[in-house]
Amino acid sequence: MSTVERAAPPAPPRRRSSRSRQRLGYLPYLLPGLIAFTVVILIPFAMNIWYSLHKWKGGNAPLRWYGLGNYTDLLADEQFWTSFRNSIAMILAMVVVPTLLGLLLATTLFDVLGKRFGPRVASVLRATYYLPQILPVAVAGVLWNWILNSQTGAVNVLLREIGVANPPNWLGSTDTALPTVMLVLIWIQIGYPVVIFMSALQRVDPELYEAAELDGAGWWHRFRAITIPQIKPETFVITLTCTVAALKVFGPIYVLTRGGPESSTLVPSYYSYLNFFDKSKVGYGAAIANVLTVLIILVAVVIMVLQARSARREEAGR
Amino acid sequence: MATPIETLPAAGAPGTALDGGRPPRAPRTRATDVDRRHRRGASRWFVLAGAVLVAVIMLVPFAIMVLNAFKAPADYSQNGPLSWPVSLYTDGLVNFWERVNFPEKLVNSIWISGTVAVFGVVLSLLSAYALGVGRVRGRMWIVTLFLLANMLPQEVLVYPLFQMAQEVGLSNNQWSVIIIFTVIQAAFGTYLLSSVLGTFPPALLEAASLDGAGRWRTLWSIVYPVVRPTLSVLVIFFFIWTWNEFFIPLVMLTTNATQTIPVALASLQGDRMMDAPTTNAGALVSMIPAIVFFLIFQRTLTRGITAGAVK
Repeated sequence: MSTVERAAPPAPPRRRSSRSRQRLGYLPYLLPGLIAFTVVILIPFAMNIWYSLHKWKGGNAPLRWYGLGNYTDLLADEQFWTSFRNSIAMILAMVVVPTLLGLLLATTLFDVLGKRFGPRVASVLRATYYLPQILPVAVAGVLWNWILNSQTGAVNVLLREIGVANPPNWLGSTDTALPTVMLVLIWIQIGYPVVIFMSALQRVDPELYEAAELDGAGWWHRFRAITIPQIKPETFVITLTCTVAALKVFGPIYVLTRGGPESSTLVPSYYSYLNFFDKSKVGYGAAIANVLTVLIILVAVVIMVLQARSARREEAGR
Repeated sequence: MATPIETLPAAGAPGTALDGGRPPRAPRTRATDVDRRHRRGASRWFVLAGAVLVAVIMLVPFAIMVLNAFKAPADYSQNGPLSWPVSLYTDGLVNFWERVNFPEKLVNSIWISGTVAVFGVVLSLLSAYALGVGRVRGRMWIVTLFLLANMLPQEVLVYPLFQMAQEVGLSNNQWSVIIIFTVIQAAFGTYLLSSVLGTFPPALLEAASLDGAGRWRTLWSIVYPVVRPTLSVLVIFFFIWTWNEFFIPLVMLTTNATQTIPVALASLQGDRMMDAPTTNAGALVSMIPAIVFFLIFQRTLTRGITAGAVK
């Protein structure tokens, strides 16, 4: 803790003591936040770790000590591994595809449409892409659940109309459920990188492009040599926030498939919820949630370290 | 800007640069010959068509929803999802409205989100004042802790919180959700605001202290007015984030009377009453409030998303 303070330039002793007394005066302002944080986040988190070391049916049932048993059980649990494998699919659908597609759309809007058809066209299109982002995700999910319903859903009614005898049971069959959920997630997610990348592109100094143009660099060359490095901070932010969101995803799974069929769309957060409230295996659910937490923090730290390193390299290169 | 340059190879670039007498902003839109072919010819229309196609794909589900919210079930099974309704059918809307008691859900959502937004911002401001202006010891650790807390999956907190709420008599009570989200949102707000307040002009603070203003007065008469724009962005963000929350309200609010709009809609899934028009009408009225906020706060929001990204 004190390392942070030591970094400050040394001050004469009298001033220093008066300043630290002054700093103490600010503590009352921090107190409500710290107390609330402790009660709502730290204590429940600690309790969750405690639960995960027990077998417990929840409520008034007795807690039975189980040590690390829940965690070793997880290792042998096929569904647990399925849920984390599906997390990779979630990352593909919520991070990789939206970021690449979002970058493509943002540069198209900014570079071509904004300049050739006017900023209004670009901003209307941007707002359209962003629309699914503002909806409660559960509401969007309920809508898609109906659209994709095998019997009465819009897609299959339409397919039957044009003569497809046996349209797929999109969300109800093990072959199609995961890809279908992924498509819905891409639809939900795409607007976020578009908006952030567009504001990033506005930040880039146009003189850089002019200089490159004078050197005869083509569009693709400029895109790779100027745009990509310049918007790196935003790319990191998108990667970080979307990866965390993809690992945590719950709402869309709950309203679209409830993890089914046959666990083909099961994700860790839903699996933990299932154990807490459906199977009454509270200790086991707590263990899943803890593993998920460790994974999220690991991934977040890795991304933040990469970001810091890339920023430092840039600083050194200058 | 004549087209012939298109056919010339790299010679076009210096040509544009030497092109005299242009307005100062022009270079931005000047392009190399490669681009020019790309942008000026027919291909720019293809690009536009592609971008519009994506927009149409984004909008199709909404269009289908609106069309079928007002279409009778018989009409739907006969003419399919893409037809214009034969007659305006409002039973689906009425069914949904009455079944979930929509006005009550609307009030619940507004009450929970509004209270969280206000409390969350006040709590963020107080903490950030101590961390950013007061430079309390160990602030880096506290801010990092808050930031990490924001990344926690809610599953890791929900069962203990559920137990605690029952013990203090807040089970199925909206206050449990309000308290939880106030803290979760304030964790992010504190992180954001303390970096904003960390760069607060010291001259203003010194002037205030020379005038004999204490910490409390400095906060409200010097700091608050300066950061008010940021606070208003935070209020809107907290409101919308809380509005869209699903997991914790789903667990904590167990009866119809306390539920928020997304939870009420989702819990009707699979209900026999939910035929096509009712489902669509339900989705439609459930998303209208979100769309209204978006239209009202669009400018603030896009500015805020950007601010959040670079921070």
